[in-house]
Amino acid sequence: MSAELTLGPNLFHWPAQQKLDFYNRIADESPVGTVYLGEVICSKRTPFFEKELDSVAERLERAGKKVVYCSLSEVVIKRERNLLREWAEQEGRDLEVNNTAALLYLKNRPHRIGGLLNVYNEETMAYLAGEGATHFALLPELPRSVIEALGVRARQLGVGLEVQVFGRGSLALSARCYHARAHERTKDNCQFVCEEDPDGMTLNTMDDQPFLAINGIQTLSYGYLDLMSDMADMRALGVTHFRVMPHTCDMIAVTRLFDDVLQGRMDAEEGEAKLRELGIDAPFINGFYHGAAGDAWVSPVAAVPA
Amino acid sequence: MIKPELICPAGTPAALRSAVDAGADAVYCGFQNATNARNFTGLNFTVPELEKSVAYAHERGTKVLITLNTFPPAGKFDLWKEAVDNCARLGVDAIIVADIAVAHYAKTHHPDLRIHLSVQAAASSPEAITYYVKEFGVKRIVLPRIMTVSEIRGLVEEIPCEVETFIFGNHGLMVEGRCSLTNYATGLSTNMDGACSPAACVKYERDADDNMSTKLCDYTIDRFGPNETAGYPTICKGRYKCDARDGGYYAFEEPISLNASDMLPELINAGVHAFKIEGRQRSRAYVKKVVAAFREAVDSIMAGQEPKLADLVALTEGQKQTEGALKTKKWR
Repeated sequence: MSAELTLGPNLFHWPAQQKLDFYNRIADESPVGTVYLGEVICSKRTPFFEKELDSVAERLERAGKKVVYCSLSEVVIKRERNLLREWAEQEGRDLEVNNTAALLYLKNRPHRIGGLLNVYNEETMAYLAGEGATHFALLPELPRSVIEALGVRARQLGVGLEVQVFGRGSLALSARCYHARAHERTKDNCQFVCEEDPDGMTLNTMDDQPFLAINGIQTLSYGYLDLMSDMADMRALGVTHFRVMPHTCDMIAVTRLFDDVLQGRMDAEEGEAKLRELGIDAPFINGFYHGAAGDAWVSPVAAVPA
Repeated sequence: MIKPELICPAGTPAALRSAVDAGADAVYCGFQNATNARNFTGLNFTVPELEKSVAYAHERGTKVLITLNTFPPAGKFDLWKEAVDNCARLGVDAIIVADIAVAHYAKTHHPDLRIHLSVQAAASSPEAITYYVKEFGVKRIVLPRIMTVSEIRGLVEEIPCEVETFIFGNHGLMVEGRCSLTNYATGLSTNMDGACSPAACVKYERDADDNMSTKLCDYTIDRFGPNETAGYPTICKGRYKCDARDGGYYAFEEPISLNASDMLPELINAGVHAFKIEGRQRSRAYVKKVVAAFREAVDSIMAGQEPKLADLVALTEGQKQTEGALKTKKWR
């Protein structure tokens, strides 16, 4: 079965020009097959890039990429509810759902389930597929045993299965903005201080040990997920798509390395070594997949032939 | 005006009897396994214990609600099916569920079994709630602890089911059901294993200067000076450092408890159908005192009298209390 590298939604608040430049380079130079666009974390950030979205999508599509629009993950207040409804009503776009509110609108219309929606078992997967879900991006915390069982059912249902293989993993969402809180502000007068931390704001323990990364209402892992060496194993389990998350490091290099390993043009060992030469300023982690604590690095299992 | 039901926690059969005797309209409890989000050693009910407890409660006119509020990991769904089947067989009054497939199983196999949507399902908009009502016939939603009273009033008017709100107990700020912080640090998952900062991973370390560090696996979650009372190391209640701050600060929330006792009249006025007291992990004495206090308060308000609410601050976490999100959205 073919395997495709994808670029997940940009979780961070980058200036509009930086995002434009980023996606233009992705269009021109990155091997990813699918690009997920749209503000997932904070409805207050939405206006900054909204008007660029369609032209960015067009540019990516002209470069041969598939484009998917993602929904917000937290939908509570009127502004968010209106944004979600408008998002769900657009025609002619592949849509990825990150909040159950969207399922009300998208029932019996084809849609994707995002990596922030709770799908933990094959029965939930089958239920959602029965209502129009065609593709499932999984939560970072799922261990191999769960992905294996989901892979079996995904094949039976004929739906896509996607796992995040690179970047900080989402660990928690809140209604409170922790970026604003760190700066002694509230969400309503945040002055978009999250822009200062394009890969998230590091939280250290009282022992100065880096622990977590804050991105507005979201808490991420301090470590970067790196499942490069596990991709062959995951392919054998039925995973069809491999998601790399945007960060400020050289994402052209990152996506090329992951694609080279995924498509068998480079050994995982060589890819891992090269990934470590990119100067990413955080440890790599893969514990969740191996059933350990998420922050752990476990020696990857021997690749299973696909 | 609706008289809200008082929904009370029971971690053990003894606590259940205390809650019933103290005037609970309903008690909620879980099985001794991963099917509930308070899967702690020494807590929860075996099937025979539950059977006796249901009889005790029903004889006294109290309902029993069962928390099946975790997410079955693939390959282990049978444990949750069995729990749903047991609930139906024992004639419990409702199950409190979070997972779509668990709700679907209950609806299709036990259509008479009443379904409440757990706070763990994180349904925080009329659209999300309506989805669960339409798909699974959910009769009541337990609201996330993130809404102001005026937002709750608006919601009650918009949704086709009953509303239950937390009024007392733990006050976490992460969206429940969308948090894997514990799994990141310990390898045990809140959603799959029902673990949140599990005791087996907790360490207390005192240094030469008599400071106490509270740790979860390798991480120091907080450090207390010689004159401070050390709290339990819950990740979202810890003190951390970041570039924007000098010294440690509560990055998420202080160790503080929700106490909405002053807001009960407004909540009743907003049309809330049930008030929930958190604390299945708490002692029998705690349950007895808190339930009795809120029984008295709700009855007084309904009788048009000023409620005399006992001082509950001594029972709260860190002896500090908050009205949480209820009063203003400024906390966001």
